[in-house]
Amino acid sequence: MVRTKELDFPELAGLFQRMTGDEKHTWAAASTLHVLWVLYDRVLNVSPERVDDPDRDRFLLSKGHGPMAFYAVLVAKGFLEPEVLDTWTEFGSPLGQHPDRVLVPGVEISSGSLGHGLALGVGIALGLRAMGRARPRVVVLVGDGELDEGSNHEAIALAGRLGLGQLTVAVIDNGSATHGWPGGIAERFAVEGWQTATVDGRDDEALHRAFITEHAGRPLAVVAAIRQETT
Amino acid sequence: MSRMEQAMARVANPMRQVFVETVSAAMDTHPRLVVVLADITADAFTPASERHPDRVVNVGIREQCMIGVAGGLALTGLRPVVHSYAPFLIERPFEQIKLDLGHQDVGAVLVGIGGPYDDPVWGRTHQAPGDVALLDTLPGWTVHVPGHPAEVEPLLRSALTGDGRVYLRLSTQTNTSPQPALFGFRTLKHGRRGVVLAVGPVLERVLHATRHVDVTVLYAATVRPFDEAALRSAVLAADHADVALVEPYLAGTSAHLVNAALGHIPHRIRSIGVRRDLELHAYGRPADHDAVHGLDQASITAEIHTMFTQSTS
Repeated sequence: MVRTKELDFPELAGLFQRMTGDEKHTWAAASTLHVLWVLYDRVLNVSPERVDDPDRDRFLLSKGHGPMAFYAVLVAKGFLEPEVLDTWTEFGSPLGQHPDRVLVPGVEISSGSLGHGLALGVGIALGLRAMGRARPRVVVLVGDGELDEGSNHEAIALAGRLGLGQLTVAVIDNGSATHGWPGGIAERFAVEGWQTATVDGRDDEALHRAFITEHAGRPLAVVAAIRQETT
Repeated sequence: MSRMEQAMARVANPMRQVFVETVSAAMDTHPRLVVVLADITADAFTPASERHPDRVVNVGIREQCMIGVAGGLALTGLRPVVHSYAPFLIERPFEQIKLDLGHQDVGAVLVGIGGPYDDPVWGRTHQAPGDVALLDTLPGWTVHVPGHPAEVEPLLRSALTGDGRVYLRLSTQTNTSPQPALFGFRTLKHGRRGVVLAVGPVLERVLHATRHVDVTVLYAATVRPFDEAALRSAVLAADHADVALVEPYLAGTSAHLVNAALGHIPHRIRSIGVRRDLELHAYGRPADHDAVHGLDQASITAEIHTMFTQSTS
C-alpha cells in the first residue's frame, strides 16, 4: 500500500480531479486544503507505517462533508493508493462523501453528522493522559458552521476546564454559520481557557506557526480564516 | 443532592451501590477501565477518583459530551464505563451512541438507572421505558436487565472485561432472590400449555401468576442477545406454541425476536409491558404506574390465566 515517493502540494489538483472530474481549479477553493496540507506535511507525527502506533498523533476530520481534500492529502502522503480515488462514492469503494474509519487506514474517526469530532477528540486526549502518553497531539478539524451544534460547546468548555494541552482544534472559518459568531470564533474558545490564534487559512507559514505555538496546559484553537474572494 | 439524600439514595438503590462498588474495586486491577459521569452518582465515585484521578471523568451536565468522550476513550484502547439516569444516558445522546460508539466500531459499558419509572415523583422527564427498544435500532448491543442486586456484579464483571457495547439496566424494582444463571434464558419451570418469558425484575410476579398454570417459565437477565434457541426449544417442548412476553419496559420490545425465533412455527404472542399508547402525567409510586400499564401482580395474573387457561388454539 505504501509508496516510497510522496507527492507535493501542486499534485493535489490531479488527485482531486480523479474524484470530481473537475477540469477547472475549484479544487483550490476547498476551504480545508491548506490546513490539511500543513498538518500532514509539517505538523502531525503520523505515517502510513504507524497507523496503529499508540504514540502517533491523531487527526480527526470532524467536518466530514467535502472530504476530497482529505483523501487527496492521504494519497499524497502514502496512506492510500491514487487508483482508489477513481472509485470515489461507488458501492464497495472505501471512499465516500463522508469518511469511514473502518474503511480507510489513517482515518481516525468516521464523521459526517456535525458536532461529534470535538468530544471524541477530548476523549482521545483524556485516554492518552490516563495512559501516561504525554507526547501525541490530537488535532480536530471543525467548520465555523459546525460550531452551531451545541455538542461542540459542551466539549469546548470541558477541554478548557480540564486543561487538555494535547488537544488542538483547527476551525475553518469561511463564514458559513447562518447566524454568525459576534466577537469572533476565537473568543468562544478563549473564554473557556483555550489558547487561540486566528490566521489566514491559505497562508501555509502562518498556519504552521500557529499550530506549533507553545500551549502547555491549555488546549489550542487555530482559527483559519478563509476569504472566498482570494480563491 | 445533599449528603443525607445521597445516603438515602444508596440505601434505596442497592443495584446502583453494587455498580459503584464493583467498578471502583475493578479499577484497581483493570488499568483499562475509565468511568465517565455527568454529575449523577459522581460523589459515590470520589474514593475511586482519589486513587485513579485520570480514570474518573466527570464531564458535568453534558450528556452528549459524556458519550462522545467515551467513544474517544475507547478509540485509544480503554474501556469506558458510562453512567447516568436512563433518559439522559440513552435518549438524550442517542445519536452519539449511534455514531460515537457504534459507527466508530468501538465499545463501552453504559449503566443506566431509573428505568422505566423507578421514582415517578420526578415525572416523565426521568423515565425511559423506551431505552431497550431504542438500542434495538442499532446492531451489536448486549442488554442486561438484572432482577436482583446480586445479579448485577457478575453481569457487570463480564461487561468490564469485554470489548463490546453493553447496556446494563439497573432498577430499584427487584425480585426477592437472585437467579444463578444470567446469560441466555434459564428455565425455572416446565409446563405443557405454553411459554412465559420473564425479563429481570418482573420474574417474581410471573412466578406468582403461573403457580397454578401449566406453562414453562423462562427467565432472562440478559435479553440481548436474545436466546432464540432456548425459546424455540421451550416452545417445541410444549403442546401449544403460545408465548407470553413480560418485560419491564415498552410492551412488545422483544416481540420481533420471538417472531424470528419461531419463524417457521405458527404461534401466538401476548406482550406485557409499559404501554405504548399512553403517556402518564402522574407521579406517585412505581406500583401506581405498574397498575396502569398492566405490570402489577393482578394484571399479569389475569393476562396469564386468560391466555393459558381459557383460550384454545
